Amino acid sequence: MAETLLKVENLQAWYGESHILHGVGFEIGRGELVTLLGRNGAGKTTTLKSVMGIVEKRTGSVTFEGRQTVGQPSDVIARLGLAYCPEERGIFSSLNVEENLLLPPMVRPGGMSLGEIYQLFPNLQERRRSQGTKLSGGEQQMLAIGRILRTGANLLLLDEPTEGLAPVIVQRIGEIIRQLKGRGFTILLVEQNFHFAATVADRHYIMEDGHVVDIMTAADVKQNIGKLQAYLGV
Amino acid sequence: MAGQMLTPTQRMIVAAAVAVVALAAPWFAYPVFLMTALCFALFACAFNLLLGYAGLMSFGHAMFFGMAGYFYGHVVKAWDMPPEVGLLAGVGGAALLGLVTGALAIRRQGIYFAMITLAFAQMVYFFCIQAPFTHGEDGLQGIVRKPLLGGLIPTKDDRVLYYVVLAIFLFGYGAIYRFIHSPFGQVLKAIRDNEQRALSLGYEADRYKLLAFVLSAALAGLAGATKAMVLQFATLTDVSAAMSGEVVLMALVGGLGTIIGPVIGAFVIITMQNYLAASGEFVLVIQGVIFVVIVMAFRKGLVGEFSEWWRRRRAPDAAKAAD
Amino acid sequence: MFELIGIPPQALFGQLLLGLINGAFYAMLSLGLAVIFGMLNVINFTHGAQYMMGAFAAWLMLGILDVPFWASLVLAPIIVGLFGVVLERVMLKRIYHLDHLYGFLLTFGLALVIEGLFQWKWGSSGAPYPNPIPGGYNLGFMFLPTYRGFVVLAALVICLATWYGIERTKLGAYLRAATENPTLVRAFGINVPRLITLTYGLGVGLAALAGVLAAPIQQVSALMGTNLVLVVFAVVVIGGMGSIMGSIVTGFGLGLIEGLTKVFYPPASNTVIFVVMALVLLIKPAGLFGQTK
Repeated sequence: MAETLLKVENLQAWYGESHILHGVGFEIGRGELVTLLGRNGAGKTTTLKSVMGIVEKRTGSVTFEGRQTVGQPSDVIARLGLAYCPEERGIFSSLNVEENLLLPPMVRPGGMSLGEIYQLFPNLQERRRSQGTKLSGGEQQMLAIGRILRTGANLLLLDEPTEGLAPVIVQRIGEIIRQLKGRGFTILLVEQNFHFAATVADRHYIMEDGHVVDIMTAADVKQNIGKLQAYLGV
Repeated sequence: MAGQMLTPTQRMIVAAAVAVVALAAPWFAYPVFLMTALCFALFACAFNLLLGYAGLMSFGHAMFFGMAGYFYGHVVKAWDMPPEVGLLAGVGGAALLGLVTGALAIRRQGIYFAMITLAFAQMVYFFCIQAPFTHGEDGLQGIVRKPLLGGLIPTKDDRVLYYVVLAIFLFGYGAIYRFIHSPFGQVLKAIRDNEQRALSLGYEADRYKLLAFVLSAALAGLAGATKAMVLQFATLTDVSAAMSGEVVLMALVGGLGTIIGPVIGAFVIITMQNYLAASGEFVLVIQGVIFVVIVMAFRKGLVGEFSEWWRRRRAPDAAKAAD
Repeated sequence: MFELIGIPPQALFGQLLLGLINGAFYAMLSLGLAVIFGMLNVINFTHGAQYMMGAFAAWLMLGILDVPFWASLVLAPIIVGLFGVVLERVMLKRIYHLDHLYGFLLTFGLALVIEGLFQWKWGSSGAPYPNPIPGGYNLGFMFLPTYRGFVVLAALVICLATWYGIERTKLGAYLRAATENPTLVRAFGINVPRLITLTYGLGVGLAALAGVLAAPIQQVSALMGTNLVLVVFAVVVIGGMGSIMGSIVTGFGLGLIEGLTKVFYPPASNTVIFVVMALVLLIKPAGLFGQTK
């Protein structure tokens, strides 16, 4: 495995009184693409939000490039070089497409330029003056991914980027994610669609009830497809 | 709430003590002060009915309180009618004003509701400055006290009138108590807690809210008319935004959503004003400070904080008993 | 034509100018209220007191340090804005997680404290502030005092600059985005708590700026903002708080309506805005430019 970029140990998290994560642990090396798989309610999104610092009540250890992030607010964590693309996409309706793209501030040098992003997503350039939420679901998803590429963040947290999208678009997003990996981005992907996940990921962490219960490499998946299906209940 | 913390015997003792104090009070304290405090207590309870049980914060309740005073004064003085008619006019007029403003205000929710009621109250205030029957800045002065029940009850004696006011207060308080514990009150609470759910169960939330608003306005009117009867005048102060704020403060000090809180809050604030009467604008400054302190630190108010302390104090005993 | 309906043009245009000036203040104040509400979820009841503080700051600086009007126009909003920043840091930020009502009650209490203290120190009768640009123009149909014309223009420029700042700049984009979804904006690396403090400071500064502009027209007094803020609440209900341009248009429009009422039916001029509010609630409850948030 490459040099460790993100290391999560015994991560626990709460929403109000309810205890959601009970000691999650996993690692991502620089340049890897890793997924969190699991059923609804397994704690995947909460894990992502806890890494990002959006869930405030959390304990354990999350280190990014060796720096502890538990206890830090999310804006400080973002400035270390993490970027987050939420499940609900979070496109701002009072901003047009280009304003949405330009919103996240640069946190490090080396991000993609606006031109490169438009090259990757030509639709967005065509509609750059439209209100962000007037785009189709697929375009909104591309906008949500596109806007975190400019910032120079090298770890992308993507929460179910294929949810609710047509198969053609899912395929397109798969290509984009592979391209991003090729450019050297490290990606932590939350997915329910494991067929999609299997085509892009180096490694899968399987979550159940707020724990990581299994690890599978891309090669393991091919041999143990039944086991994976049992985990996911499909 | 407060009732459930005490055993039935304890409750009997408390109730008896309160009754003795209420009946004996005019021999120990200045009756006019007590009557004024009772009027404000009823006013605060009426306000609290709306906020605590319907979740609607009116920031314009002075319009009902103050207008009812004018109605009472006009009917009793200019039309020379008996005081009972004056009280009815106050209640009826306030209820009607409540119906009109309430029907408009409930079209918006939350903070807008507060702003709309505040704005309507300000409109009523400007109206009162200009309308001839209110006598503008001078106010309606010298509303002579007349005997009640066709001469049976002489009201020139402050102590006699005190018992009348106590009866009016108990009537209003009882009406609120009955209302809250009626099926209607239960529906209202359900709407407050989750309007969507109440709607989906087939309750017409707006009608319930409006009725609560009208009832609250009518009781605020009863308080205002009674105050005019006691003090024999009605002035612009009672329709002002400051008065609307004052009743909010009383309910807040006592504890929002507790049935006894506003009564205690009213007595605390009126007592404070009595002591500070000489210091002019400092009354407002101190009221402002109380607002700030309560919102920042004691949001449950006196009654709420006290019952929490009481419960915590007794919790270890309860735990022991369970073992 | 005017003589036909019995209104001399001098009176009509005089009242319209007065209406425009009042409208200018409504617009500036409701703009600040709307921006603050969007970010803080607090209806800033202290707005009227902060407007008054702006006028007082100018008056005191003139009296004590001989600071001219034009310098006060810049300095007073900064001073009062900084006062707002302290308020936000010490108190308001602790209540954002609560119901809107608590913000309303807290700022109401603060307004009582501030106005009471000013009244105690300086009394409630007003003090005059000298007109910085005396004189005027005879336009034929009316006489236009220069300073009053300046106030209308300045208010218009301030309102449009605020609109531009919010709708067309990067900081404005942060503001709009954080109004919608502060959590996500923060997760992008923007210090949202600081943005909120800044917004409150700017909104308060805007109120103070209106106060400085008002000083030479009205008497500088402790209670000059008390009734004004109540009218501005009605303006905000009428316009809705969703749109910046909406606040500006509603503010000026209602000032004009008030001016016209003074010409045609003076007794209703105090209450006409509230009547308009009642009508709007009947016809379009969310407000003329409102989205229900």
